[in-house]
Amino acid sequence: MASSDVARQPDKGARPLSLAGHVGFDSLPDQLVNKSICQGFCFNILCIGETGIGKSTLMDTLFNTNFENFESSHFEPQVKLRAQTYDLQESNVRLRLTVVNTVGFGDQMNKQESYQPVVDYIDRQFESYLQEELKIKRSLHNYHDSRVHACLYFISPSGHSLKSLDLVTMKKLDSKVNIIPVIAKADTISKSELHKFKIKIMSELVSNGVQIYQFPLDDETVAKVNTTMNGHLPFAVVGSTEEVSVGNKMVKARQYPWGVVQVENENHCDFVKLREMLICVNMEDLREQTHTRHYELYRRCKLEEMGFKDTDPECKPVSLQQTYEAKRQEFLLELQRREDEMRQMFVQRVKEKEGELKEAERELQSRFEQLKRLHADEKATLEDKKRLLDEDQSSFSKRRAAAQLLQAQSLTANGKKDKDRKNSGFM
Amino acid sequence: MSPALSSCLILVSWNLSPDDGEEKEYVGFATLPNQVHKKSVKKGFDFTLMVAGESGLGKSTLVNSLFLTNLHKDRKLLNAEERISQTVEITKLTVDIEEKGVKLKLTIVDTVGFGDAVNNTECWTSVTDYINQQFEQYFRDESGLNRKNIQDSRVHCCLYFIPPFGHGLRPVDVEFMKALQDKVNVVPLISKADCLTPTEIKKLKEQLREEIDKYGIKIYQFPDCDSDEDEEFKRQDKELKESSPFAVIGSNTVVEVRGQRVRGRLYPWGIVEVENPTHCDFVKLRTMLIRSHMHDLKDITNDCHYENYRAQIIQTMTSKMNADKRVESPILPLSTSGVETEKLIKMKDEELKRMQQMLQKMQQQMHEQDL
Repeated sequence: MASSDVARQPDKGARPLSLAGHVGFDSLPDQLVNKSICQGFCFNILCIGETGIGKSTLMDTLFNTNFENFESSHFEPQVKLRAQTYDLQESNVRLRLTVVNTVGFGDQMNKQESYQPVVDYIDRQFESYLQEELKIKRSLHNYHDSRVHACLYFISPSGHSLKSLDLVTMKKLDSKVNIIPVIAKADTISKSELHKFKIKIMSELVSNGVQIYQFPLDDETVAKVNTTMNGHLPFAVVGSTEEVSVGNKMVKARQYPWGVVQVENENHCDFVKLREMLICVNMEDLREQTHTRHYELYRRCKLEEMGFKDTDPECKPVSLQQTYEAKRQEFLLELQRREDEMRQMFVQRVKEKEGELKEAERELQSRFEQLKRLHADEKATLEDKKRLLDEDQSSFSKRRAAAQLLQAQSLTANGKKDKDRKNSGFM
Repeated sequence: MSPALSSCLILVSWNLSPDDGEEKEYVGFATLPNQVHKKSVKKGFDFTLMVAGESGLGKSTLVNSLFLTNLHKDRKLLNAEERISQTVEITKLTVDIEEKGVKLKLTIVDTVGFGDAVNNTECWTSVTDYINQQFEQYFRDESGLNRKNIQDSRVHCCLYFIPPFGHGLRPVDVEFMKALQDKVNVVPLISKADCLTPTEIKKLKEQLREEIDKYGIKIYQFPDCDSDEDEEFKRQDKELKESSPFAVIGSNTVVEVRGQRVRGRLYPWGIVEVENPTHCDFVKLRTMLIRSHMHDLKDITNDCHYENYRAQIIQTMTSKMNADKRVESPILPLSTSGVETEKLIKMKDEELKRMQQMLQKMQQQMHEQDL
């Protein structure tokens, strides 16, 4: 957990003692510094601005290196975010820098949803940190903190005022991230116009309740510088990675037919101020603000959503553990209830099915009986018919036999007669 | 004894001047240009210029620089929150300016709020409606009974301001120019060019030309100059064509440079002179717009865009009439029947051609057979 900058209030239970000699715990800050140098630092910048407004060039100029970004087209259908992580080193201090750029911001015809991908990205980083924090086995000191520490919002140098898209987007982001508005491509505005433009921008931000990042005034060593810088917001910057020879030096500048705009000349633009404020003086404060203010807000909202509270209905403080227990019980009860329900339903279904099956069986049985009776009836009729037929047959065969006998008798009688006749004839 | 003027195709050029000592026949029509000049000066000219583009790109400043005057006295600019759901408003500003006896009635049409809202779909409908309204007005006047004083309020030229902060055209630019290309002469400009170095300007111009070709946007093309113009003019013309779209800078302030007072912008690192051709293309724009092509712009609006509109309107009217079977306006020409008979004639022509070709082929074949 971060320590606060404010001097600690003297504890009521502890009495202040004075030391008789040098003990040596004044080296604590040095120990802290040594440890953090060994660990390395981590910083994440989000750059929001229209395509071609100079985000990548400014990053290159700020960190004096080439981040190898390529130009994007104007015809992206939706706003996307592109994050790239680099490891930089200056003297013996290592910095892990993540630069997140918006792609296609401000190009669509309908920009009502343009802020959403940015907000989603920032929330995702908070969410993954929260998950890590809530784990049982966690390794926060090894965790690569990807939460956005600073957001540079690039304002188009129209010279009149903010664009409507700028206002809408900054309003959505001011409670999630430290916003530092900058006026991009400031070499197109003359000094008098710039003064008016800055005043107009700040008044519009104030009147719409947008909270931009104010440089901290607590620490006396930097309070004075920060107050002056706060008055110069938003910074009008010019970025360039090309070098032009001015006098006898090579400086970063832009060469025009009418003159040379030097990036590091305070008279020409506010680049030096931005670099000092962003990197040299307030980087650590930006990280701290992100952790103590924006992340804590996110965490609180998220946990409240999940149902956790700091005090239960009787306004007694409830610890997280108790809430966990209560939630777990609730969950288990719910499970039990569901199981019982399911069981009941199952039993009921089984009964129904059984009933149906029995019904079907009975029906089948009755049909079987019916068929059997029919069959028996038919068999009886057939038997009768067969009997009749047999009788007929037997009577017929008797008659035939009788007829045959008769025929045979008549034949023999006729033969005798014939013989007699013949015989008589001869006589 | 005057040479027979019966064959008008013969170009005979006389040296006609009334001060000749010899007795030459003097007709006197060489003074026609002078007569035209006198009449037109007496009548005065009018020109309507539309400026379109997002707020803050320097449209009003450029118009002030072009006509060397301050057209907008007190302008009220909207705040950002008021512009979130801004609709496009068309404002018209008419001024009378005079130079060497030549009077010009200049109308500047401004599209306030274009591209300012968060949702810009179809933000150009009010612009196209306005242009159509002017065409309709002229159409009615032209077909009216009393045609003495027709006020020509049609838009002759539309200057479209492209922001220099991007890498080329944006979707809203493409859609707007495509919606307007058939109604008005669109001249794209790169605004606020003092934020681009010469290499960047060249790259952006190439990119824009490529994208204009790619999306098929019909911008105003300079007419080719006649082959008998002098070399200087031809060279100028070629230069003009090659530096399109123009990268311009405007200024409301006068600064002192090398002992002269010129329009320019004062920076800590130098002074940008608006009329310096090495600094920007403002001079080329002014030459093109005012000094050489103003009348051409008016002609194309009249001959091309207005005629398209007129033909369309008449066709829709007649098709509606055929559907309603009611005789409405008396001004309808016999275009439908004309169009249909034309079609029939064309068809018959094609048939005839085909039959002639066939006949020829057959003749050839017979000829070959004979051989």
